[in-house]
Amino acid sequence: MSDIPLERSAVGVSTRRVGTRLPARVIVALICWLVIAIMAWPLIMSFLASLKPQAEVTAIPPDYLPHSLSLQSYLTVYEYQAGLPTYLFNSSMVAFLTILFCLALAVPAGYGLARFHVPFKEVLFLLLLASMMIPYQALLTPLFLMFTKLGLTNNHVGLAIIHTILQLPFSVYVMRNAFEGIPRELEEAAIVDGCSPLQILGRVFMPLAVPGMVTVALFAFIMSWNEFLAALIFMSKETSFTLPVLLTSVIGSFYGSVAWGPLQAGVMVSVIPCIAIYFLLQRHYVSGFLSGAVK
Amino acid sequence: MYANSSRYVGLLFMTPALLFVAVFVFYPLGQLVYTSMTDASLLGGGKFVGLENYAKAFSDRGFWRSLWFTVSYTLYITPVLMGLGFLAALLTTENTRLKQVTRGAIFLPVVIGLASSSFIWLWLFDQQVGLFNRLLVDIGILDKPLVWFRSAELGQLAVIISVTWKIVGFGMILMVAGIQSIGDDLIEAAMIDGASYWQRVRRIILPLAARSILLATLISAIGSMLAFDQFYIMTSGAPRGQTFTSVYWIYQNSFVYFKLGYGSALSLILMVIIMAGAAVQIALTSRKGRS
Repeated sequence: MSDIPLERSAVGVSTRRVGTRLPARVIVALICWLVIAIMAWPLIMSFLASLKPQAEVTAIPPDYLPHSLSLQSYLTVYEYQAGLPTYLFNSSMVAFLTILFCLALAVPAGYGLARFHVPFKEVLFLLLLASMMIPYQALLTPLFLMFTKLGLTNNHVGLAIIHTILQLPFSVYVMRNAFEGIPRELEEAAIVDGCSPLQILGRVFMPLAVPGMVTVALFAFIMSWNEFLAALIFMSKETSFTLPVLLTSVIGSFYGSVAWGPLQAGVMVSVIPCIAIYFLLQRHYVSGFLSGAVK
Repeated sequence: MYANSSRYVGLLFMTPALLFVAVFVFYPLGQLVYTSMTDASLLGGGKFVGLENYAKAFSDRGFWRSLWFTVSYTLYITPVLMGLGFLAALLTTENTRLKQVTRGAIFLPVVIGLASSSFIWLWLFDQQVGLFNRLLVDIGILDKPLVWFRSAELGQLAVIISVTWKIVGFGMILMVAGIQSIGDDLIEAAMIDGASYWQRVRRIILPLAARSILLATLISAIGSMLAFDQFYIMTSGAPRGQTFTSVYWIYQNSFVYFKLGYGSALSLILMVIIMAGAAVQIALTSRKGRS
């Protein structure tokens, strides 16, 4: 992982500020606050709208702030069609399986790539990264035909496989780097102790590669939880929707009198886990982002 | 070299992933090529028709229109994303508390789903209950709320505004990393020579961060060429199919009209365009990086 530190030496920063006059600094601070306000505004408005009673959400012209609070919109979404618990379960299950598949495939692959002589290693590595260069959008038609035959449409495993296709290149890349970063002495010590390669992986390497595995799991979750196109195509039955597909159904079914309140409530349900995880694992997220993109 | 030098142990560890890619990427890719030369539909069929689908694609105005719309969307949004991303990176590169919070706020929408953000903005842009419309009226930019999704241009502008909010942090974070990897001593030397802030940006930061900027541009442009969610949710292709993107048009053909053979041909054409674009940009990136 090319762990580019976002916290740069404080010394350099303070010297850089020497020539800055106070007014310029005040202006920059004001710009910062303005930018924060612009970025937060849509999310805050959506959150507040999800708590407005029906009459206030549909008021024309709309007011920015609610006059009274209500959980009506959340109740509507909760009871919508097969019920929110079903949809939360679908999204969670697909995300969980995607994490599982990505780790099960990328951990050994990364270990093999990082720690062994393999004939044509770099060619095989490129093959594993191939789905990064082939847009998955183009593969959905043949995959749909294939999964229809196999009974994998409207199926958690089926959608998780699609999400694994998307996420595998990044996962393999991260795990290879994670294993390459571990000092060789540890491995040699384990061999002297008579460990097999599988034991070395399980007892020596995997515990040390936990940060890499967290990064893989984190990105697999965020991608799978949010992915829309494949979920729309492969989860077409009312009981198998994931959250983003549910939202299209919410907007579609109330047309004429669009249920903006329940829609924003649904948006909040799908957004909050992502934001919570981002705040908890911010460091992993940013470094993973850079390692995946910068290569 | 390696503590364990058996040639096939490593291969064994890679086998599950390689099999997965063979079954779920390369096999479907072969199927895609084959299906594109049949008249397969979800309702049956599958007769071999040679290159007929490709001939049809070349005279399909809907396909060309969607392709051109996607290219124009990419050409509009990429400079916006990269320009604002660069300014955001300049603003937040230092590590004071306020700037870190600003960076976090700009990056925050990157972690939520594109579908979720599109649903937020669909509502904000609504002519009757949309608060973005209200805000534009309140600050005097508009006289009265606009109907954003009845014209292709306004619809596209609305999508660009929403996607910019959602994804500008992506380019920013790559460029912050690029700027932070420039040595402080270089910038300090320029300051001692009396270079103003914008001179330092132009002469030092911009050239030295060029690689990160090009990389961000490449990833961003390919993403825009494959746009679907934001248009499906916000414009639904309206008015009269003028805001169909390529992926959306393929989705329509394959999964709404069930023309899988034709959809496959379109997918292959799009794939070749994307890969060609990527190759050109990668070549550009590596050449610029060296000089």
